[in-house]
Amino acid sequence: MASQQDSRISGETEKRATALRYSRWLQPFVRDYGMSFVLLGLIGLFSILTYTEQHPTGSDAGQQVARQIFQQQGAAARVLIVGRPTAEDVAFTTALADELRHLGATVLRVINGDPAAARGAILELSESGQQPTALAVNDVSSRWSVFAQFPTTRELPSFKPQSYYWPNFLKRSNLMGVANQTAVYAIIAIGMTLVILTGGIDLSVGSLVALASVVSALFLRDYQGGAAAGVGGVIGATLLGIITCMIVGGFNGVMITLFRLPPFIVTLGVMLMASGLAFRLAAGASIPELPRAYFWLGGGTISGIPNPILMMVLLYAVAYVLMSRTVFGRYVYAIGSNPEAARLSGVPMTPCLIGVYMISGCLAGLGGIVLSSMLQAGDPKFGLMYELEVIASVVVGGTSLAGGRGKVLGTLIGAFIIAVIKNGMNLTNIDPFNQKIVLGAVLLTAVWLDTLKRGRWNTKSIR
Amino acid sequence: MSDSIAPQTGLVPLLRMRSVSKSFPGVQALRSVELTVRSGEVHALLGENGAGKSTLIKILGGVHQPDDGTIEIAGQSVAFTSPRAALDAGIGIIYQEFNLAPSLTATENLFLGQERSTWGFLRLQQEQDRAQDLFSRLGVPIPLDVPCHELSIAQQQIVEIAKALTKEARLLVMDEPTTALTPAEVDRLLAVICELRTQGLGVIYISHRLDEVEQIADRATILRDGQYVGTLARSELERQTMIEWMVGRQIENEFPKQAVAAGAVRLEVKNLRRGAAVRDVSFQVRAGEVLGITGLVGAGRTEVARLIFGADRRDSGSVHLDGRTLSIRSPRDAIREGICLLTEDRKHQGLLLERSVRENFGLPNLREFSTGGFVRQRQEHLAWSGFREKLQIKVPHAETLATHLSGGNQQKVVLAKWLQANAEVIMFDEPTRGIDVGAKYEIYLLINQLAHAGKAIIMISSELPEVLGMSDRILVMHEGWITGEVLDPSRATQAQIMQYAIG
Repeated sequence: MASQQDSRISGETEKRATALRYSRWLQPFVRDYGMSFVLLGLIGLFSILTYTEQHPTGSDAGQQVARQIFQQQGAAARVLIVGRPTAEDVAFTTALADELRHLGATVLRVINGDPAAARGAILELSESGQQPTALAVNDVSSRWSVFAQFPTTRELPSFKPQSYYWPNFLKRSNLMGVANQTAVYAIIAIGMTLVILTGGIDLSVGSLVALASVVSALFLRDYQGGAAAGVGGVIGATLLGIITCMIVGGFNGVMITLFRLPPFIVTLGVMLMASGLAFRLAAGASIPELPRAYFWLGGGTISGIPNPILMMVLLYAVAYVLMSRTVFGRYVYAIGSNPEAARLSGVPMTPCLIGVYMISGCLAGLGGIVLSSMLQAGDPKFGLMYELEVIASVVVGGTSLAGGRGKVLGTLIGAFIIAVIKNGMNLTNIDPFNQKIVLGAVLLTAVWLDTLKRGRWNTKSIR
Repeated sequence: MSDSIAPQTGLVPLLRMRSVSKSFPGVQALRSVELTVRSGEVHALLGENGAGKSTLIKILGGVHQPDDGTIEIAGQSVAFTSPRAALDAGIGIIYQEFNLAPSLTATENLFLGQERSTWGFLRLQQEQDRAQDLFSRLGVPIPLDVPCHELSIAQQQIVEIAKALTKEARLLVMDEPTTALTPAEVDRLLAVICELRTQGLGVIYISHRLDEVEQIADRATILRDGQYVGTLARSELERQTMIEWMVGRQIENEFPKQAVAAGAVRLEVKNLRRGAAVRDVSFQVRAGEVLGITGLVGAGRTEVARLIFGADRRDSGSVHLDGRTLSIRSPRDAIREGICLLTEDRKHQGLLLERSVRENFGLPNLREFSTGGFVRQRQEHLAWSGFREKLQIKVPHAETLATHLSGGNQQKVVLAKWLQANAEVIMFDEPTRGIDVGAKYEIYLLINQLAHAGKAIIMISSELPEVLGMSDRILVMHEGWITGEVLDPSRATQAQIMQYAIG
């Protein structure tokens, strides 16, 4: 009987081991990054909701139409090109004309203007006796009635870019826009994740965004000659803004560790002080006297990708390594999951905590610089309520407010969930009041999911 | 005493659980377990950790539903779908972690959720009277207007019992009620339980302390690995039998003490003081020596260890290791000097429960396991595997969360991390609290090994048999002072130590 029992037990152990092998990889992934499924779901949802007809514009569309005309009419084609005076249409018509000439066809006229301009051009053509063989238009100009009014153009075959179906949400320009707008929040959220992992909170980040933008803009205006400042001055201003915020973050850390004040209170106080200081320094006004070089960080691109996005990706990579591979990261998790056990295991509590709040301040400062570079001014009103949006990103990303549990990359996912919801609601024309309600509900759902993961409510007992 | 109210056979038992089975994903927690409790009986429920006691109690309390088997209360078949249902059927469960609101008074806690009121206004006097009445019935006076967190653990326990009585409990379940009590408080609690028994309640008593079971239980049911081993009658309740049934094999010697010739003085503590908790404590520990420190809860034993370890700041005094004076201002300093502390409360002070065992093991050793701030995880993993072998720690893999280990294995993980840190002075605070018999034995063997290796060992414990069985020398503390020293524990008695401990 004993052997029978043994075999039953070993069978069970085996089953358990198989389950373990699965759960060892899958379960931690679901635990840490479960929110990525939500993000994918949202992307799918908004892709379906914004699936519409797309009319290509720009130079690619121009070349395509040119080839289409050449295919049908060969080098004998004599083409009238009509578009609006917008930058996109100009790119479209220019590329169209260039390609046609390159292929050996004749371009009679290129018009970038309103229907009246088109009418003038057609009259001119018929007066001079030039008969076009093709009309090249785009989606908008093809609908102008002016072409039907003249015999010269009434019978003409007209060519326009081929339309196709694709979600507005998934257009490259839209996705880039979403990522670019999220970058500032996402960068600040890295620091917030670290703070929350230690079991704390940092409410001062929003004010630090304003402070950094004001400090660096003031430095450029008052000491570097404003718009005439050089690259060296811009670098100096950027560092000054970031270091100021790092010092404020250090102050947060000192008050929390050495003076033993609760993080919520300390950073609430510092939030008010930093905001007040920013308003005082800027005398309540926006500071737009900035050099072009200053706008590169927030507005420039490297090989087509906006700098804020690149910076965000880079910082998340660094943060991921910091939290998963370094002693410091290990200590942050240890402090958050059990401060007393961490201290008794020899974790240097004070330096670690001060370091975490300094990082948070530093990244808030960087966020402030990027924001002011994007918006081309320093302003004490920047960053208002950012702390809440950033905390929401961290929480939606699966980090527990109780500390010790969560992942930096989860926060990136959280930030994007919020951004995608906002963007998707804009694209589907949901009004801004309802948007707020939806975002609040998303936040509550995220926290509720967190408690589900933890099992039941943690009731505090007396012992 | 218990003879006069010996349970009469023939009567319908208060509780009968028949062939109860329960499995969780991957684990068969209970397999056809039987438990019968009569009115006016104290029934001990025994078993090692993981034997299924908690699961059985949770089924009784309506937290879990059994897969199979029946539950009868006073002959009526019941199926509890919620804790509420169990409560309504007269089952009161007092868990190790109390369910009291710390800032409310005893009375407020008693009537929490069932306040006596008219039109929403509390009938305070009626509540007071009822509370007074209950506590006098239990024979223990409890101050009624003091917030519960200001009561002692023992008093809080009485409040919990009274709370169960306000809900008309007929069957009271007590899970490890005496772990945090002083001997005097234990006696008082046992008296209260006897009182409840004479009033006709059934009591299920769960404890690792077999002397208490011998003293109070009418019968005992023993579980092992989720299976029903058997029920012992009053006349069969002997320590040896209970242990053998629990462990499933014979244990010849509970305390495998090996004598080691003590070497030179390693740790010396001079005139250690901290407020009223530690007053002028001096002692020495030699290489290979196990120094037992005992005394009542609150006598200052743990505090002494925390002062040596730098966890609290000392008012005065000095600590010397191998003749050198150490300046220890934080646990970090102590660890660097090779001093470590295995705290009594592993869950709150010893381990990061939500982190992996590998991380727990590495935490004090990251200086060694890192280059330029980066953790060398392979090296860490390798060192961990070495200790897992050496200490025979049972874990599925290195990434298992510490919270999923049994108490004995948790203690071994803590020990492993300190051994890796090259600890020369090892202070155990209640090394076997909450650990079952089999694992206890292994911990004792490890203590022997450490002594052989020439470490200086301090073992703080309230379990007198353990202190007597495992120490080379014993210090007894009372209210912050060392009040006695026992040079030859093998000839000393518990009574002798109690003399010192009382002061």
